[in-house]
Amino acid sequence: MRTRIATALAVLLLLLAGCSAGGRTGGGPITLRFQSLAWQQESVAATKELVEEWNAAHPDVRVEYVQGSWDGVHDQLLTSFEGGEAPDVIHDASDDLADFAYGGYLADLTDLLPARLRSGIPESSWETATFGDGIYGVPFLQEPRVLIADAGRLRAARVRVPTPDHPWSWAEFRQVAKRLSGPGRYGVAWPLKEPVSATLNLSLSAGGRLFHRGADGRVTVRFGAGDAVVARTIHDQVAVDRSAPASTLGSGGSDTLPGFFGGRYAMVPLGFSYRQQIVQQAPKDFRWTVLPAPAGADGLVQGVSPQTLSVSADCPHKKEAAAFIDFLLRPKNMVRLALGDWMLPTGTQALKDPALHTGKYGWATGTALAARLRPAPAQSVRGYPEWKDKVATPAYQEYYSGAIGLDALRSRLEKDGNLVLARYQR
Amino acid sequence: MTATRPRRSVRLPRSGRPAPRQRSTPRKRLAPGRPPAPRRRTRRAARAGQYAALLGYLLFLGFPLLWLLSTALKSPRELGSLHPAWIPRDPTPANVRQAFAEQPLAHAALNSLLVALGTAVVAVLIATPMAYVMARHRTRLARAATGWVVVSQAFPFVLVIIPLFLVLKNLRLIDSLLGLTLVYVVWALPFALWMLVGHVRAVPVELEEAAAVDGAGRLRTLVSVTAPLLGPGIAATALFAFVTAWNEFFFALVLLKSPGRQTLPVVLTHFIGAEGVADLGPLAAAAFLATLPSVAVFGILQRRITGGLLAGAVKS
Repeated sequence: MRTRIATALAVLLLLLAGCSAGGRTGGGPITLRFQSLAWQQESVAATKELVEEWNAAHPDVRVEYVQGSWDGVHDQLLTSFEGGEAPDVIHDASDDLADFAYGGYLADLTDLLPARLRSGIPESSWETATFGDGIYGVPFLQEPRVLIADAGRLRAARVRVPTPDHPWSWAEFRQVAKRLSGPGRYGVAWPLKEPVSATLNLSLSAGGRLFHRGADGRVTVRFGAGDAVVARTIHDQVAVDRSAPASTLGSGGSDTLPGFFGGRYAMVPLGFSYRQQIVQQAPKDFRWTVLPAPAGADGLVQGVSPQTLSVSADCPHKKEAAAFIDFLLRPKNMVRLALGDWMLPTGTQALKDPALHTGKYGWATGTALAARLRPAPAQSVRGYPEWKDKVATPAYQEYYSGAIGLDALRSRLEKDGNLVLARYQR
Repeated sequence: MTATRPRRSVRLPRSGRPAPRQRSTPRKRLAPGRPPAPRRRTRRAARAGQYAALLGYLLFLGFPLLWLLSTALKSPRELGSLHPAWIPRDPTPANVRQAFAEQPLAHAALNSLLVALGTAVVAVLIATPMAYVMARHRTRLARAATGWVVVSQAFPFVLVIIPLFLVLKNLRLIDSLLGLTLVYVVWALPFALWMLVGHVRAVPVELEEAAAVDGAGRLRTLVSVTAPLLGPGIAATALFAFVTAWNEFFFALVLLKSPGRQTLPVVLTHFIGAEGVADLGPLAAAAFLATLPSVAVFGILQRRITGGLLAGAVKS
């Protein structure tokens, strides 16, 4: 019996040791590790195909595909950077890059990227990945927030259907939501599990900026009239008009879809990529449409944090890594990635692809918004994650649920918020 | 030493604890034959109530697993229904097929199994003698060690992860299941130790004294007398270590780099996108399958565990 136990232990140890890391091969082709966060079936397939195509065409620079996870990506990357074991090519989002860029973990791509790629992506997109004087990521996929609406309810209520050329104003949107409401039914459902980024990004349409950078480069929070438009609309829809339920304020976008399909909500503001889930889950006879988010004084402008590709500062083959990124983001390839993720490409050439201008699934509406997308307001603000978690999220949640008023919201965002930001700007 | 059986007349049940004392007050004598009808009815009603309560409790405990199974068998359209049903209208294995097609679940499960088994075995091997020493030698050092064990549970992951990463890197144990197993052992050890100390204290010291009278040394006493009586405690501790390692996500995410070495919890997150959007059907199917080994191990060890969980609870 003891012999058997000892044998089993030895086998287990051997198996564990057998699965240990092997050494790097020397003198062979260069190997780049590419950590991709693509997760939907189509986007994973598209990414893997592109990696295979690269490997077939570049036998001397092999790319190893590693599937990462959006869940915990920041901590995983931070630890890998600190330990000097980060992937060579890193997929992330621009709002996660600031600390890595300022911390010196990412390579400055300014001189590594070819002119074709630099000129093929608009300056407003490059701004999302520019920190200080350097470019630390290539923005390649983005998604505006749109209104997914029940086409039958809109028709029945005889409301004007907005288009990117003639969008609703925020006031008009509020009126429409009221008209679409009835007993047990709501005109709109706001899934605001992440209330800060949603509010801040949409507030750009009304001229809201919230973060103001002074001449000395220091950022302070100032809650102006433009910042109040979207926040007040949501608050009033929930607490005054009752055209939006309070129950969805803590929900994620997916949680609102059953209510949307079941007729409880006529409209749901969601990210553009949610269409994939809607196509999968909507009942066969359910007719839905994609509408632009309401416009404010600044039109349809809204903030986005594009997905990015970066190169680790420790990568010994930065030129090759940049060449791989350039290959991955050629216009045709960018379209493949965008279609796989149900998002919009940032590249101007890619945006002209006919597949992105079809009326089916609202592609054309989203593509029409691409020119109005700007860097999310908090993009390069150091201390933003702490300000968001400790100050802004609870403050907005309390305001939307009616627990505090606009003055209290302003006071907390500014007074408490500036104390937090000051610690990062000493 | 020729015999390990204790000579003293301490009656031991299978759990290794002394038999409970008999009630000193005799029960009221009942008349022979069947109890009267009203009492029978009351008893039956009480029994039915007990079973109903038990069933309700079982449903409460099993709800997440049943819901996971129900979700795993639903089509995407049914998942989007406003009124979700317990029993899928058109059960489909498509989610299971998709989960296996998209992710290397079987390979990840094998990795998880290796790591979890390794953790359970090594944690028990280390914790048992340590617990014995801490329980039997009540010195200041032992008390300080017990306190340190409790305090060490308070350290959050994020506090230790970067130093731990650097240590493992120096040992060339990054991206290694062996390295991950060592981390899990260290992580599980304090609580495992704490659990086992209670179990060791529940073993009557007289048994060890009897073994000593027979000439057994400390190690022999531990191996031949104490350890067999610790069966339930060891089983409970092994299960705790196994489940801890099986479910752990963050260390595995950070310490493993190669796709072929990823464990199941890491692979499960590949069904989740940005802002928590998830491919719910395949995720539920994969998550349901991921819970089965834990349930199986629990099923195998549960008899020993029920005794083990109570064994350390009171001082005999």
